[in-house]
This record gives sequence, C-alpha cells and structure tokens, in this order.
Amino acid sequence: MSDKPKVKVATVWLGGCSGCHMSFLDLDERLIDLFKLIELTASPISDLKEIPAVDVGIVEGAVCNDENEHVLRTLRKQCQVLIALGDCAITGNVPALRNQKVLTEVLDRGYVETESTHAGEVPNEVVPTLCQKVRPIQEFVKVDAHIPGCPPDADAIWYALTELLAGRQPKWDATNVRYD
Amino acid sequence: MTDTNPNIITINPVTRIEGHAKITIHLDEAGNVCDTRFHVVEFRGFEKFCEGRFFAEMPQITARICGICPVSHLLASAKTCDAILGVDIPRPAKLLRELMHMGQLAQSHALSFFHLSAPDLLLGWDSDPAARNVVGLIQQHPEIARKGIRLRKFGQDVIKTVGGRKIHPDFPVPGGVNRALTAHDRDAMRAGLPEAMEYAKFALDLLTKYQDTHRVETETFAAFDSNYMGLVQPDGALEHYDGKLRFTDLNGNTIEDQLDPASYIDVIGESTEPWSYLKFPFIKEQGYPDGMYRVGPLARLNIADKISTPQAQQAFNDWRSARNCIRTSSFHYHWARLIEIIYALERIEQLLDDPDITSTDIIVITEPKNAEGVGVIEAPRGTLFHHYWVDEYGRIEKANLIVATGHNNLAMNQAVRSIADQYVKAKELREGMLNRVEAAIRCYDPCLSCSTHAVGQMPMEVALVDATGQVIQTLRK
Ligand code: SF4
Repeated sequence: MSDKPKVKVATVWLGGCSGCHMSFLDLDERLIDLFKLIELTASPISDLKEIPAVDVGIVEGAVCNDENEHVLRTLRKQCQVLIALGDCAITGNVPALRNQKVLTEVLDRGYVETESTHAGEVPNEVVPTLCQKVRPIQEFVKVDAHIPGCPPDADAIWYALTELLAGRQPKWDATNVRYD
Repeated sequence: MTDTNPNIITINPVTRIEGHAKITIHLDEAGNVCDTRFHVVEFRGFEKFCEGRFFAEMPQITARICGICPVSHLLASAKTCDAILGVDIPRPAKLLRELMHMGQLAQSHALSFFHLSAPDLLLGWDSDPAARNVVGLIQQHPEIARKGIRLRKFGQDVIKTVGGRKIHPDFPVPGGVNRALTAHDRDAMRAGLPEAMEYAKFALDLLTKYQDTHRVETETFAAFDSNYMGLVQPDGALEHYDGKLRFTDLNGNTIEDQLDPASYIDVIGESTEPWSYLKFPFIKEQGYPDGMYRVGPLARLNIADKISTPQAQQAFNDWRSARNCIRTSSFHYHWARLIEIIYALERIEQLLDDPDITSTDIIVITEPKNAEGVGVIEAPRGTLFHHYWVDEYGRIEKANLIVATGHNNLAMNQAVRSIADQYVKAKELREGMLNRVEAAIRCYDPCLSCSTHAVGQMPMEVALVDATGQVIQTLRK
C-alpha cells in the first residue's frame, strides 16, 4: 500500500430507502480496492457516527424531517466535496410523493385510520418533527457532484468515485446512467 | 438530555447524527429498570401518498420502501395486484418470482451476517469501534470478508439475472412477470451455486463454533418467551413465497394454522405509542401488549415442522433439539438466518431444474375484477402484508401495510428490556451494556428502512439521570 494519505469519506442516510447504500455495497470485490484508497469514517455501515472532518461527504435520501436537515448541514460543514447519491437526494423522488398530500392527513392515515390500527394516535414525543414538504438536498446546501439513478447502479457509483478521486467531475450520458 | 422525566436514561444512538432510532431506559424510584423504549424516528407516509395511483404502479412505488429487501415489496405488491385482478398467475411466473425471492433471501441474510454482525463476532465486542465494521473485516479477515461479499453478490446476481437489475428491478407485474428466463441465464446461475453453498456452509460452521464456545451467552442472549408467526406450506414445511399463516404460542402449541393471509386483519391489530413512528402489532385475542409475537428467521424455524430441502433439513435437526423445538434466544436469529441461506440455495437449484422455469407462459393480461386485495410474503425479516382497495378504474383508494420489522417491534423492545435488566445495576451504567443493547437490536436485523430506517451499527450515548434530573454519568462510544 502506498503512503499517500487516504481520502476520508463520510456517508449519511436521510429520507431514502437505503437502496443507494446497498448499491454502493454492490461494488462487491471492488470495495476491497476502494478501501485501499479511501477511509470510511461515519456511515450507516460503520460504528462511527460523529461526522469528523472529511474530504468527501456522500448523501443518500431527501430531507423529510428536522433531523435530516441537521445531519445534512453538519456534513456540509465537515466535508470538502459533497456528493448527492441517487434520485431522492437530487430530486426528492419517491419520498417527495407525499408533498401532494397535506402532512396531517398523511400522519392520520398512518397512525389513526389504517384498518388494522386500534385506537391509534400520531406519535409526538421524542420523534423528530416532519417537514411540511420533502425537499432535495440542494435546497439546503451546496452540492458539488451528482450520481443519478434510483439507485445508481454500482458501475455508476464506481465511475463517479474514481473520476472524483482523479480530480475530475463525472459526466453523465446514456452510456453510464440508466433510468429503466 | 432533553427528556424532562428525571428517571429516564436515554441511549441516544442516532438522533443528532443519523436520526433513525434511539433507546430510553426508565428507572423507578428505587433506581431499578421499570421500562425500556426502542424509538423509531422516521416516517415516509406510503399509506397515504399511494392513494389515487393506478394499482399497477404499486410494485414499483412500494419497492422504494426498502433498498435492502425491495424484492419483498415488489412481490407482496404484485400478489396484491393479482388478487385485485382475480387471477391465479401461470406456474412459470410463480417459479420465477420465487427464484428472485430466494436470491434476495440469500443476499439479505448474507449482508446481515457478514457485513453487519460478523465484525462483532470476529473482531470482538470490545474491539476498536473505528475498525469494527465491514471495512475492518476486509482488512483483518480478508478471506472471510471476500466470502461474505461473494455470497451476497450471488444473491444479488440472481435478482439481476431474473429481473434486469439488482435493486428495484422492474419484473413482477400484476398477473405475472414481464420477462422469461433464457436457458443461458439459467445455466449461468446454476454455475454459481457450488461456490455460494460452500460459503453458506462456511458461515454456518463459523457461527456453530462460536455458539459452542459461547454457549451460555448465546443461549440466554435476550432470550424470552413469545408467540411466533409466519407462513408454512400445507404440510407445515418452511415457506417464503406462498403458503398460509401459522401462529404458535411460547410452548410451540399452534394457536392458528393454515389461516388465509387475506384474513390477517381478524387476527392482528396494531397499536401506536406517542414515542415511536413504528406501530406495534399484536395478536388481537391476547390484547396489547400481551399479544407480542415474533416473526422472521427465528420465528419461521420455530413454527415450521420441517424444511423441504435435504441440507437445510439436516441443519434444522439441530435447531429442533431444543425444548419444545423452540429457540427463544434473540442471538439465534443469526443461526436461523444461516440455515435459511442454505435453504434458499437448495431451493434455487430446484427451481432452476424445473422445466417450467424457462417457459414463456408468464403473464395473464386482464382487467381488475375485485375492489380489494391482500398480498403476503415472507420477507427476509418476516411476514409482509400489503392490502389495497381500488375504485372501478383500478385507482388506489386506500392502502394498508404491515412490514416485517413492525411485527417485531414489541419483541425488540422486550429484547432491550432484558439486556437492560441484566446490565443496568445500582443506578450505574456499565460499558458492556452499550454493545449488548446494540447487539440485541441487531439480532432482529431490523429493516427500519421498511418501517422507517436502519439502525445499522448504532452509535450510543447513554446518560444516567438521577431523581433530581441531574446527569450523573454519561457513556458514549
Ligand atoms: S434514490 Fe431510489 S434507491 Fe436511492 S434512496 Fe431513493 S428510493 Fe432508494
């Protein structure tokens, strides 16, 4: 292994399905090579959650509640380059479908009206406060690079990370992004 | 600590950072544990925003509930749509759906064991948290990590080969599936089976050795009595794609058997608590919260009479040597998961050998016939229900979902309680508790993404607050 310092990376998981993180794990054996170049710090797949100062921050998911926003802003402060991983982070995607409905009605359906629920009430203690509307991350912070897809497949993630590690901005076209 | 109740210890794993789950431990006047709460703090509202969508869109939308087990939602949703169409789908379509499901079972369980839990078992509970993850595993046990990665990859490749992509494939559709399997692709999957089986057995060996050398710890780890629920075949064998519901009690006695999943609502109710976004299902007859039941790998093996494939059955014989054939330790979820990987791989082989697997008779095209449909499946983490009501145009009027991790909500709270009882003594927090609480939750492999979001490997912050509201001790890792 070379003495070149590893690039420090943190990843966070906001309002999303974890599919983007799973797609990252789909790098499979390429993970072994990748972890020679990068040091994974805070991440849902590691035990460190205090986000340290890092070179690269990777975000999955949209901003759905106040804690999502707090985490996003913390990561932005701590990283040099912020990457939006996947459509939820970039556009709001499926979580933002709830924007068509009034939040109180969404909550009432979930906790009061559902047919199997008995004497339900909307949770309101300890749990974070939901935002009225789900928003993509660039409405809150500056985003330096995007990896589109729901999820982007592992090849797209590999391409973007290797380009960024080489100091280049990834370019997306029909050869490396798919929407099927 | 923001909690106003002075007798609450908060384990604040993810609030400030990840924000997806946290734990509080409540003390009585004497300083003894009187309650524990596992809070789930994410909510996305699928049951509301699906209203008005065309029913055939539901598999693709609901897949986005969870990226770890999207195939479960795809299949439960497609089965619900089949019920709305009022069709029995062609046999080849069923086989292909089950094939994809078995690929998912293998990959999801491999992820849980190798990527998330093995670091604890192989690197040690008290090893450096900075390295106690899959990266540390890669660095310290590269061969084991590689096997885990390859095993998960095999399952993901089955999903991709059958459905076109690894995560959120567009494959199960109302009335069947939308692509047939070629003989070439079938043979490619078959070629990968021996290696995958080798690694699955390697994992089971590894775990069995650990259990042999840590017998007391693993047999008593968050062990408690509960009811169990899952699908079984007509002869009582383990089942994941189809089958009927069976409920058993703490002694393994059957409460309900061969129950049509469409009548789930007669048997299961859900309660809510103000402090969690995850609802609390319970067996109605026993009431809330007494009607606690567990689902998932441990429950499936506890309710099943047998396994229909030989190598998994052999592994299952050891499982059944327990009292009443019931395993109560939360730790044994890991064991059950590995037995199920062997089953999934054997089942994949059977499915690939079936001459119908390459048939092109894969879909029935028809109009919606019924105003209501229920679809159920055994997701990797347990029974998953989708239930939709549609109008005359096939638009969703209402949707009700009960996800696997939800069923285990009461049990996960109970698991935390039993660890707290053991490790919180004399108003003092012990270091070991942090790891143990985390590990107890992780046994359930909670897919909080499904209900909400993931715990992953949680950070912990525990504050001990005395009766006057003063923080007297804080532990963090
Ligand atoms: S972009 Fe798609 S895969 Fe990624 S978190 Fe969102 S729903 Fe999941």
